[in-house]
Amino acid sequence: MKEFTVHSGLVAPMDRANVDTDMIIPKQFLKSIKRSGFGPNLFDELRYLDEGQPDADNSQRPLNPDFVLNQPRYQGASVLLARENFGCGSSREHAPWALDDFGFRAVIAPSFADIFYNNCFKNGLLPIVLNEAAVDRLFQQCEANEGYQLTIDLHQQTVTTPEGEVLGFEVDEFRRHCLLNGLDDIGLTLQDADAIRHYEQQRRQQAPWLFR
Amino acid sequence: MAGQTLYDKLWQQHVVKQRDDGTALLYIDRHLLHEVTSPQAFEGLRLAGRQPWRLDANLATPDHNVPTTAEERLSGIDGIQDPVSRIQVKTLNDNCDSFGIEEFAMGDVRQGIVHVVGPEQGATLPGMTVVCGDSHTATHGAFAALAHGIGTSEVEHVLATQCLIQRKMKNLLVRIDGELGAGITGKDVVLHVIGVIGTAGGNGYAMEFGGSAVRAMSMEGRMTMCNMAIEAGARVGMVAFDDITAAYIKGRPYAPQGEMWEQAVAVWQDLRSDDDAQFDKVVEVNAADIKPQVTWGTSPEMVTTVDGVVPSEDDASDESARLAIRRAHEYMGLKGGQKITDIHLDRVFIGSCTNSRIEDLRAAAAIAEGRQVAATVKQALVVPGSGLVKQQAEAEGLDKVFIAAGFEWREPGCSMCLAMNADKLGAGEHCASTSNRNFEGRQGYGGRTHLVSPAMAAAAAIAGHFVDVREF
Ligand code: SF4
Repeated sequence: MKEFTVHSGLVAPMDRANVDTDMIIPKQFLKSIKRSGFGPNLFDELRYLDEGQPDADNSQRPLNPDFVLNQPRYQGASVLLARENFGCGSSREHAPWALDDFGFRAVIAPSFADIFYNNCFKNGLLPIVLNEAAVDRLFQQCEANEGYQLTIDLHQQTVTTPEGEVLGFEVDEFRRHCLLNGLDDIGLTLQDADAIRHYEQQRRQQAPWLFR
Repeated sequence: MAGQTLYDKLWQQHVVKQRDDGTALLYIDRHLLHEVTSPQAFEGLRLAGRQPWRLDANLATPDHNVPTTAEERLSGIDGIQDPVSRIQVKTLNDNCDSFGIEEFAMGDVRQGIVHVVGPEQGATLPGMTVVCGDSHTATHGAFAALAHGIGTSEVEHVLATQCLIQRKMKNLLVRIDGELGAGITGKDVVLHVIGVIGTAGGNGYAMEFGGSAVRAMSMEGRMTMCNMAIEAGARVGMVAFDDITAAYIKGRPYAPQGEMWEQAVAVWQDLRSDDDAQFDKVVEVNAADIKPQVTWGTSPEMVTTVDGVVPSEDDASDESARLAIRRAHEYMGLKGGQKITDIHLDRVFIGSCTNSRIEDLRAAAAIAEGRQVAATVKQALVVPGSGLVKQQAEAEGLDKVFIAAGFEWREPGCSMCLAMNADKLGAGEHCASTSNRNFEGRQGYGGRTHLVSPAMAAAAAIAGHFVDVREF
């Protein structure tokens, strides 16, 4: 998993409440044998004017010019600004996979759906909860200023605006630790790599027939 | 100190690190892979820039999606007609190539259902921890191994770390004492046990099968029982090591040889529960009471004896059981009180990781020999569990016996067990199946599955309806 320490990036505002995981990545894309490559189908139904198919060439499809991520000024965005209850609906891990694959590193919203919130941490994506008033302010500033960037510091647990306003946020200590160090379950287990190697050595002596 | 159970010993021998939160890091000796649950795991490794921790612990083979007709197999992977299946099989191939994992690919005589292949190769050994992204991994516990299914994220975890994060289960002993009657197999025993304890009876337990009937049983019968431990709710099924285990393993390609064999057998002697071991729960079964079993409903616990009848709603102990019976009657197109022997079959399936080994095929062929599949049966399939089982059966002439009797003789794979390839039931069709799950739609949309032993399935194919194989 990618580690997350400090990140500065272009902000894209998604001004819509209750964005569900089917909206983030529609169900026809779940048959895939992969967990990468969902980026082109992120927000598929909002982003394109036709219906997406798993094996279609997305570059040939008609784009919805009104959709925020299609606007030139938001190209290359890595911070998604969103409204309340972001990520509700099914538990599909494909939703954070798609956001990550598109290039997002963080999502800022007044509230998130539980499972989605958890799934983000497993996949190196930082969900940040700020209060409603602060999120409102960020929406206004972002829309008024082209090239609007935010700086997120996970060590300090702060979001800093271009004007220098510093907004604090809360995050569970264990999750913060994992994300700061880029540790998923596998990463955590690998912290015990020496213990595994030690066990393996003993086992090799006691039961050499288990090794080829 | 009280003695230890077999599970306690296997667990203890594999703990790399005990954690404060009650979980432990458990070392995995053998990881089996197939095409359905591995692609995202490999993809995850790739994305994280990781390599498998220990290549020689892994062994892969495609089984769920592979076609089972000789024609469709002719041109290899590219000849697989269903595009989704083709991509999955091809992806396994590519992943094994690029990571350097040994694979018995389509076209290799060693290819087959992953739970048949492991033991057949000696890749499943006593004292091992064995995992695979498939719930019927419990099968391998027949070798006094600790074996269970895992999810895709755990497949990735095992690939990357050779470990799993686990919590210890409780101990359950199913003791089957006495002698099994003629024609009664491991399949009948395990269906009987599930009928007694229910599909949730083993929840949270590691289930050991013991008792004199189990000691007398062949490895193949033991594998059939452990295979279905999961159908009783237990992720793990196990049988203690003995001479029968050793005799089965000896000389197989992955098994230790020469001096190392002697050394291994000496160590394996301890792979049994101590006489004073404490179990959290014990279920006792009298072997002599077990008759041929047939499931009549949509859960493996909806099982009765071949001389019995389909239960009625009035037999239910409570309202939810009554509802379940009503729902099963509707789905299966059966009525309470109907005799099991009056159930007519449209198709017969002899195969799956439960019953597709050589002994299973021998038992079925012995019934089929010199007889004919009933004209009312549309299809009777025999699908060997692996290319090597197929080869052995052909060497014994079993294929000829089946074909002469009107059975179709197929290439190895999961086939009609879960209908991921072209082998399926039509809606409303009744099937005598040697597989392990009779859930709604499992063998095809609207299909009606009756779980039985291989001999019972063969006899049903001949008669066109269920018959008592003991009188056949
Ligand atoms: S034979 Fe059936 S139960 Fe066994 S692994 Fe294949 S699909 Fe699963």
